[in-house]
Amino acid sequence: MSTHSKAAEKFIADKERTAWHNQALWFVREKRDRMARSVPEWEALREAAARTKIHTITHLAHYLEMFERNATANGIHVHWAKDAQEHNEIVYGILKEHGVRHLVKSKSMLAEECGLSPYLEERGIEAVESDLGERIMQLMHRPPSHIVLPAIHVKRQEVGELFEREIGTEHGNSDPTYLTHAAREHLRDKFLHADAAMTGVNFAVASSGAFVVCTNEGNADMGTSFPKLHIAIMGLEKVVPDYDALAIYHRLLARSATGQHSTTYTTHYKRPVEGQEMHIVIVDNGRSRILGNPVHRNMLKCLRCGACMNTCPVYRRSGGYSYSYFIPGPLGINLGMLADPKQYSGNVSACSLCMSCSNVCPAKIDLGEQIYSWRQELDSLGLANPVKKGIVKVLNTALRSPGMFHFCIKAGRLGEKIAPHALLYCGANAWGRDRELPEFTSRTFEQIWKEELSSSAPAGQGKSEESGK
Amino acid sequence: MKIGLFIPCFVNAVYPSVGVASYKLLKALGLDVDYPVGQTCCGQPMANGGFEKDAAPLARRMEELFSGYDYVVGPSGSCVAFVKEHYPDILHKEAHECLGSSIYEICEFIHDVVRPSELPRAYFPHKVSIHNSCHGQRLLGLASPSELNVPHYSKLRDLLSLVRGAEVFEPSRVDECCGFGGMFSIEEPAVSACMGTDKVRDHISTGAEYITGADSSCLMHMEGIIKRQKLPIKTIHIVEILASGL
Repeated sequence: MSTHSKAAEKFIADKERTAWHNQALWFVREKRDRMARSVPEWEALREAAARTKIHTITHLAHYLEMFERNATANGIHVHWAKDAQEHNEIVYGILKEHGVRHLVKSKSMLAEECGLSPYLEERGIEAVESDLGERIMQLMHRPPSHIVLPAIHVKRQEVGELFEREIGTEHGNSDPTYLTHAAREHLRDKFLHADAAMTGVNFAVASSGAFVVCTNEGNADMGTSFPKLHIAIMGLEKVVPDYDALAIYHRLLARSATGQHSTTYTTHYKRPVEGQEMHIVIVDNGRSRILGNPVHRNMLKCLRCGACMNTCPVYRRSGGYSYSYFIPGPLGINLGMLADPKQYSGNVSACSLCMSCSNVCPAKIDLGEQIYSWRQELDSLGLANPVKKGIVKVLNTALRSPGMFHFCIKAGRLGEKIAPHALLYCGANAWGRDRELPEFTSRTFEQIWKEELSSSAPAGQGKSEESGK
Repeated sequence: MKIGLFIPCFVNAVYPSVGVASYKLLKALGLDVDYPVGQTCCGQPMANGGFEKDAAPLARRMEELFSGYDYVVGPSGSCVAFVKEHYPDILHKEAHECLGSSIYEICEFIHDVVRPSELPRAYFPHKVSIHNSCHGQRLLGLASPSELNVPHYSKLRDLLSLVRGAEVFEPSRVDECCGFGGMFSIEEPAVSACMGTDKVRDHISTGAEYITGADSSCLMHMEGIIKRQKLPIKTIHIVEILASGL
């Protein structure tokens, strides 16, 4: 069994929680559907997003340098990081230079990718997450289980217990409004005493040198309003050519992510206010390698909306932690394989190839098709599931010739008759764990054809059995 | 117009009645139908499991068996979609040179090519819930996928409207996957069975007596769950409804 399959089995053992998790995310998918249907030109927008993204990533140097030029002219310090290590060193260097002890962060999957918070903590800098879901996960000492809804797997009673323990809320009170107010107060203190703010970047506009941060809680804005230092970090695929392109993605992002018309706060940072210093770190960390991979370069079109997770029937029923990569779902299966196939191939099984992810993706990334492609590569990487490999060997023998095919069906019929039920449904039969086996019939269609139907068919068309051997 | 009937491996072995119904239905529509003997499998099980190269001999065999027909028609959306989507890659040929250019799922073929205005003998006095299988839906376009903002249509529903007595329903999550997924069903058995159970319950909640669809593989998976849990619904391939009375 794959790592995902094993972890998913544990998750599913709690049926009630699985059903709740599934429904919570399906609700988001339904909101997304209503939004998609309310925009008549929705499919044209997706097409435009896909095309402008491909244009951008195939002219990446041009747009990144344009962004750097314009941002620098605006007074923003631009840094380049080739990998996670360099990213962390640059961020730490800036913080150290300013004597920062307390950093307040808005949500960034890139910071997760680079392991920034633990890196800073080891060096004596507290990095507080200011997005409510991220803060819940930080207090739980667990990673996010979804890229947009980090604490979607946590029930409000659990948040109540956590807040009681960590920030002193009333015992037994899990009223969402009460808890939100408590979190607000707790975070307000962090905002007021932060020495520096960090944000991610949803879009970096090459034509103006500005960058855009989208949140629903205004936490990025609150965070960047007080301290004298703002560090923004971005993966290099976040650059967009201009405001026309931005308009396309902005119309798609929140609708796809959470079923909102727009994020509640969409902030354009163009230049530091007087007395403030603004830095942006542009990170590669394997992205240029993805660009060189024609089968998988589409992954760089991703807006990080999470719609592929919400629609994924496997993700909804197995939870974010069943995936070994820090990003779950169809997106994470693909990005994990691009990061390190040896380490993350255990997620490739987590797909029934239903292709719903490819249909919801606002940038029309062929997520399902790419998972199919990864499966084809596992064997040559020495990572194929040996059980599956064995089954394929049997299938190869059974299906390669009609003679063998019909012999195997006969053997199957006999096996069905003589094998005791306990053997047919032993632990080795993954199908039979929760399902009855289909039964062979006394005659195959081919036999029925030969014995009954072929005489009624027009003559002279049937081909001989030997011809295809 | 010569039509070659494509009968997928598991239909041949486990659901031959679906093959018989397909043949009778096409014949009753006045078509010249033949079944080239010696068919085994299209190769999808290996390929979806990650062993596409093992599908190559089967793909070559399929191409050879069906070379002399104007149309190839089969009662399985998933297998037909596989032939259409992957044979050009597997065989290193242009799409128009492959079987994919002439192969149709049987409902798609009847709906789009034959276009009958009636099925005079079809009578099925039951409540049925349509199972919109993923590959039929999203790869072949048998109905408008729920994710897309496109005009709503359903070829299966159109055909069922020609059947006297049939009352047609659809589950609330109209095209969510049932969790079969070929090798997925045994590599991720817990998720697969959970998806299947949810799907069957969604069909049951419509009040239908039967789940019907264009893919025996999904129906086989759901049937396995129905039998194990003794759930109050049955499965039937849509051609068996369309061919009722023949």
